[in-house]
Amino acid sequence: MDRPIRVLVSKPGLDGHDRGAKVIARALRDAGMEVIYTGLRQTPEQIVNAAIQEDVDVIATSILSGAHGTLLPKIAELLKEQGAEDILFIGGGVIPDEDIPELIESGVKAIFTPGTPTSETVEFIVNNVRK
Amino acid sequence: MFEKDKLSNIENSLDEYEKVTSKLLEKRPERREDFISGSGDSIKNLYTPLDIEKIDYSESLGMPGSYPYTRGVQPNMYRGKLWTMRMYAGFATAEESNKRYKYLVEQGSSGLSVAFDLPTQIGYDSDHSLAEGEVGKVGVAIDSLKDMEVLFDGIPLDKVSTSMTINAPAGVLLAMYIAVAEKQGVSADKLRGTIQNDILKEYIARGTYIFPTEPSMRLITDIFEYCSKEVPKWNTISISGYHIREAGSTASQEVGFTLADGIAYVEAAIKAGLKVDDFAPRLSFFFNAHNDLFEEIAKYRAARRLWAKIMKDRFGAKNPKSMSLKFHTQTGGSTLTAQQPDNNIVRVAIQTLAAVLGGTQSLHTNSRDEALALPSVDSVRIALRTQQIVAHESGVTNTVDPLAGSFFVESMTDKIEAEAVKYIQKIDDLGGAPKAIDDGYIQREIMDAAYKYQKEIESNDRIIVGMNQFQIEEERPTGLLKVDLSVGENQKLKLVELRNGRDNVAVEKTLVELRKVCEGSENVMPYILDAVKTYATLGEITQVMRDVFGEYQQSVII
Repeated sequence: MDRPIRVLVSKPGLDGHDRGAKVIARALRDAGMEVIYTGLRQTPEQIVNAAIQEDVDVIATSILSGAHGTLLPKIAELLKEQGAEDILFIGGGVIPDEDIPELIESGVKAIFTPGTPTSETVEFIVNNVRK
Repeated sequence: MFEKDKLSNIENSLDEYEKVTSKLLEKRPERREDFISGSGDSIKNLYTPLDIEKIDYSESLGMPGSYPYTRGVQPNMYRGKLWTMRMYAGFATAEESNKRYKYLVEQGSSGLSVAFDLPTQIGYDSDHSLAEGEVGKVGVAIDSLKDMEVLFDGIPLDKVSTSMTINAPAGVLLAMYIAVAEKQGVSADKLRGTIQNDILKEYIARGTYIFPTEPSMRLITDIFEYCSKEVPKWNTISISGYHIREAGSTASQEVGFTLADGIAYVEAAIKAGLKVDDFAPRLSFFFNAHNDLFEEIAKYRAARRLWAKIMKDRFGAKNPKSMSLKFHTQTGGSTLTAQQPDNNIVRVAIQTLAAVLGGTQSLHTNSRDEALALPSVDSVRIALRTQQIVAHESGVTNTVDPLAGSFFVESMTDKIEAEAVKYIQKIDDLGGAPKAIDDGYIQREIMDAAYKYQKEIESNDRIIVGMNQFQIEEERPTGLLKVDLSVGENQKLKLVELRNGRDNVAVEKTLVELRKVCEGSENVMPYILDAVKTYATLGEITQVMRDVFGEYQQSVII
């Protein structure tokens, strides 16, 4: 790719805990990516629209409220509807291991749980983003 | 505190000590080049009377229970009464949460602490489109007085004190509480408890804001005024450093930013015509407890001393109760690891010690599984037992402020206070806390500290046991508490039933009245109480206020 990887970092739902989202945003930026942070309280529709409008390669969502089972599959579904499945869609936050298979099934490409080094997320993006 | 010639003797022997140690270090270097506190401050190898030579006992420390309250707000502290063991709880429906509260009281919890779900905290009813997937998840769903009646069913409100973590719609939930009490035959002047009601830290760190700054500050001062007359034993605000710290701040920032918020509330109330000693005694604070034991203890002591000075010197308070900083503590959620979750029990025990040695008035201890999900009953019991062990077995409650006079703790107390003063000055220069938040200054400072901390972990400069060292292969934890999506569906059904069963003309009438008052300047609280009693929903009441006040626009800062 001849331009930097573009990432939309977003907080779906009503959860206001954005330390993780912001730390990831900074880490991705330090790794040479272009980062857009949407701020809090984004609906799945807003996130997908912003991703398409901003022509991003990656959507990184952070969610700690327990609403991941509703909101993340909805984002994946909208991406399919819009024919934007080639955008790499990842998530992180307080998400129990047992919920992960279902999220992956729905179209989330990876879930990063508490304690994941930011370098691991960077590496995953670099290896899996559309070329 | 020390005689001059004795200090110079100490200086000489310290020189000698440094010579000996530096020789030793040539042969055997220390484990690390720089030893840092939990907040990243460099810590010296040794503290001596020289580090606290400027301390004047009476001025800097004084006696517990009197100005400047460095050693505690009560004269005999835990010898008289232990802190309130207050476990934050709430999930799913009012029925489920009511069961958990009764269990906690049976197990020796001495106060209730209500966690509301996010739609409730942001003023949406459970059937609002933005509530999808969130109902009952991080706390209990409350849509109307009906739910509140169930939540406190069988709990005598004249006997318990109740803390409610509610901010933007705090007035509405307080009104519901008053209405439930009334139905129990308990008058408002007997109610004891706290509403968080701290909107500034929502803008900074926690995110459950609704209205813009100005109307939000008005709602807060309306509550101060109303409670000073009608609910005099109620703590009208819990000015919170907890979430600022969780967002990644240092200990000094936690003190500096929290007290700067406190200053903004006092200024707003004075501007609204209230007298400082009429409302200041009911201001309360809420701090975090992280793992660095001494730094945390010093933090609480510094906060108490600094607030006392601010109230006395800056605001001319006369009532000692206006000057004494009373606080709740919660152990640090962000310090818990998802890896080897049982290790969290030990972390919480250390944090409990910090809060108690720092003189807290009440404490919530986190459960070991909170980096994974909501806590299970077993985990909550262990967390409560941790407090009980510290209270009854550790011996630290036998005497007041046992670490006073420690060269290290006193010097750290001074340092944190001095750094907090600098932050407050900077915020004053920017035009006060609301302005500094709009500018993004406070958020940026916190984020810088949070990112630095993350990098320290990733470079292994900071060891987190079980996470970046001493890892094991682990089984996936099972038995985590889960809130079913049916909770949301049930709440929706209950709302339909409610709207069909109540007197909708009465509801509409009170909402029209409320709108008029919001547009004017009269105190909103009596009108909110009227609306609540007609079973107007939280969402309906909040919508009226959204229409008049508008909504806060967050400044997005990375």
